[in-house]
Amino acid sequence: MNNNPQLNKHGELQHLLTTEGLPASILLNILDTAESFVGVTERDIKKVPLLRGKSIFNLFFEPSTRTRTTFEIAAKRLSADVVNLNIAASSQSKGETLLDTVDNLSAMHADMFIVRHSQSGAAHLIARHVRPEIHVINAGDGRHAHPTQALLDMFTIRHYKRDFHNLRVAIVGDILHSRVARSQIHALTTLGVPEVRVIAPKTLLPTKVERLGVHVYHDMAQGLKDVDVLLMLRLQNERMLGARLPSAEEYFKYYGLTQEKLALARHDAIVLHPGPMNRGIEIDSAVADGKQSVILPQVTFGIAVRMAVMSILAGN
Amino acid sequence: MHLPDAEQLLADLTGKMRPEISGNTALVGIYTGGVWLAERLHQDLGLTLPLGTLDVSFYRDDFGQIGLHPQVKPSDIPFEVEGSHIILVDDVLYTGRTIRAAVNELFDYGRPASIRLAALIDRGGRELPIAAQYVGATLALPQHKMLALERSNDGKLSLSLYDRSLPG
Amino acid sequence: MKIQIKSGHLIDPKNGIDAVMDVFIAAGKIVATGAVPNGFQANRVIDAKGLVVCPGLVDLSARLREPGFEYKATLESEMDAAVAGGVTSLACPPDTDPPLDEPGLVEMLKHRARSLNQTHVYPIGALTQGLKGERLTEMAELRDAGCVAFGQSDAPLTNTLVMMQAMQYAATFGFGVWLRPQDVSLANNGVAHDGEVATRLGLPAIPVCAETIALSNIVLLARETGARIHLCRLSSAEGVAMVRAARQQGLSITCDVAINHLHLSEMDIGFFDSNCHLVPPLRGLSDRDALRAGLRDGTIDAVCSDHAPVDEDAKLLPFGEAEVGATGLELLLPLTLKWALEMKMPLSAALAKITVEPARILGVDAGHLSAGTAADLCIFDPSHYWKVEAAALKSQGKNTPFLGMELQGRVKYTLVDGSIVYEN
Repeated sequence: MNNNPQLNKHGELQHLLTTEGLPASILLNILDTAESFVGVTERDIKKVPLLRGKSIFNLFFEPSTRTRTTFEIAAKRLSADVVNLNIAASSQSKGETLLDTVDNLSAMHADMFIVRHSQSGAAHLIARHVRPEIHVINAGDGRHAHPTQALLDMFTIRHYKRDFHNLRVAIVGDILHSRVARSQIHALTTLGVPEVRVIAPKTLLPTKVERLGVHVYHDMAQGLKDVDVLLMLRLQNERMLGARLPSAEEYFKYYGLTQEKLALARHDAIVLHPGPMNRGIEIDSAVADGKQSVILPQVTFGIAVRMAVMSILAGN
Repeated sequence: MHLPDAEQLLADLTGKMRPEISGNTALVGIYTGGVWLAERLHQDLGLTLPLGTLDVSFYRDDFGQIGLHPQVKPSDIPFEVEGSHIILVDDVLYTGRTIRAAVNELFDYGRPASIRLAALIDRGGRELPIAAQYVGATLALPQHKMLALERSNDGKLSLSLYDRSLPG
Repeated sequence: MKIQIKSGHLIDPKNGIDAVMDVFIAAGKIVATGAVPNGFQANRVIDAKGLVVCPGLVDLSARLREPGFEYKATLESEMDAAVAGGVTSLACPPDTDPPLDEPGLVEMLKHRARSLNQTHVYPIGALTQGLKGERLTEMAELRDAGCVAFGQSDAPLTNTLVMMQAMQYAATFGFGVWLRPQDVSLANNGVAHDGEVATRLGLPAIPVCAETIALSNIVLLARETGARIHLCRLSSAEGVAMVRAARQQGLSITCDVAINHLHLSEMDIGFFDSNCHLVPPLRGLSDRDALRAGLRDGTIDAVCSDHAPVDEDAKLLPFGEAEVGATGLELLLPLTLKWALEMKMPLSAALAKITVEPARILGVDAGHLSAGTAADLCIFDPSHYWKVEAAALKSQGKNTPFLGMELQGRVKYTLVDGSIVYEN
């Protein structure tokens, strides 16, 4: 299976499963289309009739009200019919398999599945299984990928920095468990960012992460030097349970983003975070709410980017 | 086939529109050719309200057949639509479907007092009950021909004819 | 029934035979090879011209899924698969449900297998009760019931004291202890090799040290207890090097590798191909190359199919949730031949890895064609290409990373105790 499962035979986007392996032209087209949707979301009537009559299923095998809501809003603003299914609580407990669920919903004439699952590869599995007229968007699978989050981050970066080709970007935090980080790395390198750094203690970095095209730092002072963009990652509380980290306090002291550490980056550096934030663990409130933070615009752009992805897929 | 000179048509069109322009007239061009025309009209007619632009991709009725246009431009309506008098500008008026989409989109910004339509060329072939109030010229063309407005580097407008099967 | 196998290319690695020669069988035993014995009148002559005649294959690990997992496979389906793959002796690991930890279960399995009159089944008894790694099984009783060695299959044995005592007890009776080296806390619910593919795909990873640290414990305890240890399913270059070093120190340790690991690496996972969800995990290319070389130089004694038929539903899941294992009985021969071809190994040396060598580890008189031994044979066409697809497999498990691939070498006849149990 060497051919890209995300592209149809014309080389167009059939599913959005990961930012890995997609040509820059496709990523840029999504960002450009999203620019047009930003205008739509700023109007009084924030809705276009593009996907009228289309049925979009939010298939959430792992609970996430926040992500589900952003997809739901995006779909509704495209005039699609949206059905939300929290499968963690329903059929899976009755022994129905993942693909049984998908088959049942396909029989209800679904046009698109938006899939969130705790297992890496779940969206690929579904995409391989569905009929060719159905599109799949990965809304986060295990530690693997979260492409729409990465794309909205790219949109935000381009919005503030205009161009990818002379940026230094640092991704800070739990790279090991982060699907967001993986998708960000692939998107950044594809879009031509010359220097992508990851900053984390060794217990939060995957093996051979440098093979993804990043420079590895363990020290914030070195890693943040001359950086234009800081992509902060959420640190799950459960990471403190094992032996990866001693305490939230120590993590904050060495890897939490404070104004002092932010001052080490370029003076016009911007700070992004995929949310929800753990204030006082990976980011200090003064930074999260400070003038270099673009965390709220990210949320706004997120709707436009998801509208763009849905309408491009539905049209292919 | 001999095509009329676009610059001459634009001058004619400007002349026809001038008597009916007032201080509260707003101009909205439809991408791509309509925007070029609207920019020129906006300047030549000395309008005070800022120029609006529309990309009707999100309102097209052929999305199901051809999908999303590969290069969608942001629509920009920098004036209050509610209660405004709008003149939509497009290069070639044909089936009327683009205008239908544009009118629908305008209504999502507010309820205009009136909408009129200006087109450089009316080539007939309407599929919807739509008519232009201001027309540069009418031109009968075979169905398989595609008429396109083009703009050179120095800003001069011209018309070209293509076979529909070929990419314009 | 007297059978003459005529004009085949006879390869019997143990006896150093590698020539076109006839084989004569009577009363279930090999009577002679080469010239026709005096007064031999064959009831049946098998024309083996252009075919290879060799000892029936001996497979060190084939799950038959009985008792407990009949929905995955049955003894009938998997014994059919075995003979279709030319396998005439197989060891089945104790990870059934319930596990093979009581003599009654072993006797039942032996009885069921015998009644099918096909491949010889040699159960590996559970080393600990319920494979829980806590209390020893009645090994001597289990031996009397038919177990040939004792192991934990893929169940962890976390308590080092239990491991030492199990080895001591087994050594008392001279029983072999079969262990797959994996440190359970380092494996940490991982599903793929801790390398660039797992990093890219975001799959929970199992580092190489999960194997080497466990291996080091086993080697040290083997020295301490004098137990006869067989290491199952090596997966890493470092593991091979450690076995080589232990051997040089004079320790009697044997080991095997699975056909999958001989040919595949983490790269084959592609976009989450659940058929590549295996234990141990498919590792890096350099690991795979070290396994191939280790098998050639004898550090690794034998290849096994590591046959694990899985029902389709259990594979149609996200990679990490998909059940581990691959069907393999029918692929053992062609994949061993493929390895030999790629390594430029003589056929005879390659066949030793699936006949006489595994038989030696099992401690059974099989894997050779000496006169007077049971006539277990495999006759195959070495140049026959076939495509691995569901319809071509007798096993109820159709799950294998090799699905869709063209392989060379197809079994034409399989004989067990002088009966033709498979004919193609």
